[in-house]
Amino acid sequence: MKTALIVDDSRVVRKVARKILEGNGFACDEAEDGQQALTACQKKLPDLILLDWNMPVMTGIEFLPKLRELPEGGTPCVIFCTTENDMSHIQQAIGAGANEYIMKPFDNDIIQGKLVQLGLLDEQA
Amino acid sequence: MKTEDFELLSGILKQRSGLVLTPEKAYLLESRLLPVARKYSLKGLDELAAQIRSRRDEAMLRDMTEAMTTNESSFFRDQKPFDQFKNIIMPHVAEARAAKKQVRVWSAACSSGQEAYSLTMLWHELAAKYPGWKLEIMGTDLSAEMVERSRSGIYTQFEVQRGLPIQLLMKYFTQQGDKWQINTQCRALCQFKEMNLLQDFGPVGVFDIIYCRNVLIYFDPPTKTRVLEAMSKVLAPDGALYLGGAETVLGLTDKFRPVDANRGLYVLSSAPAALYSGAAAVKAA
Ligand SMILES: C[S@@+](CC[C@H](N)C(=O)[O-])C[C@H]1O[C@@H](n2cnc3c(N)ncnc32)[C@H](O)[C@@H]1O
Repeated sequence: MKTALIVDDSRVVRKVARKILEGNGFACDEAEDGQQALTACQKKLPDLILLDWNMPVMTGIEFLPKLRELPEGGTPCVIFCTTENDMSHIQQAIGAGANEYIMKPFDNDIIQGKLVQLGLLDEQA
Repeated sequence: MKTEDFELLSGILKQRSGLVLTPEKAYLLESRLLPVARKYSLKGLDELAAQIRSRRDEAMLRDMTEAMTTNESSFFRDQKPFDQFKNIIMPHVAEARAAKKQVRVWSAACSSGQEAYSLTMLWHELAAKYPGWKLEIMGTDLSAEMVERSRSGIYTQFEVQRGLPIQLLMKYFTQQGDKWQINTQCRALCQFKEMNLLQDFGPVGVFDIIYCRNVLIYFDPPTKTRVLEAMSKVLAPDGALYLGGAETVLGLTDKFRPVDANRGLYVLSSAPAALYSGAAAVKAA
């Protein structure tokens, strides 16, 4: 089973994201900020990280280069998932090594589409 | 809703757009035509029907027809037709049209233009492979509003996140407030115009590829047959026709045949057996 780490300081967002990802066959873990996410990734790298931008302690954009420096840290697919919805944030995120970018609000269709593009999900028949 | 009102209204829709509504779908009429009735200061569908019986107002009939269409679309919808454009269609066309270096595409029932613009982005990505080649896309839809939206190339945040990889958003779109607009290089390849598939297509020329997806499903079999046969006349002898996932030519016309290796892809029955029958290479980036 593919694994996902949902990193967001909002419990509601984590819950919605978990429901969608579980519906698409992912086993999910959650983290409330970049620091927690980093600790989780040091133990075990997931296949997918859904990453919020603005979080206390450590933001998503601070977390990303630290993730990529871990041994094998290049392997997880990282999808930013944030209310930041302007081109400069998108460029910054992709430049920092994110694989995809979702502007909140999101729904199942959007997430599913990105998973297919990233090869994490087979195309629906 | 009174039976005679349902019959009047659904009859008009069938005649104008091909849309077939069974009595169980009467609720769809209610929910979508009520706003039209209100626009003309009519209280309900009974008043709307009465108004139509007394005087046919072309603008009102038009509004009704447009209100009933489903305009759902997305970028790179179903992905395969686009992978195949790159991996099967273009390699053939590149040889067959080597002298002319031109590809003509029709995005029929194009809704808000995502299908046409997906092709333009793909085209620009392939540019290095086909130097000097020209792509010309005609996008048509019944709905004036959809044609206008297609021309503008402006999409909501929600729309640009459906099917569109972020790299392509970054490369081909500019942000305008909370909307996103596709760039002029992509828009320059497309011509959008109103066209009813039930009527004579007019002097549209000949196409190498016709995308006619997710519109035939709304029509009854004789209407599907009529549209398909008309399309067979404007498709190049070695052209490709794409239908939606729930659509087929089987049982409707013998002008086209499916390409077994590639679902959704059809060629003229008179075309060589091997045309486009190579399986698409695995999805490439
Ligand atoms: C569900 S959309 C399909 C859009 C696009 N082809 C796709 O597959 O994503 C159907 C479109 O068909 C258009 N349409 C319906 N009846 C039509 C007709 N008789 N002639 C031309 N367009 C029609 C509608 O306006 C609507 O935009």
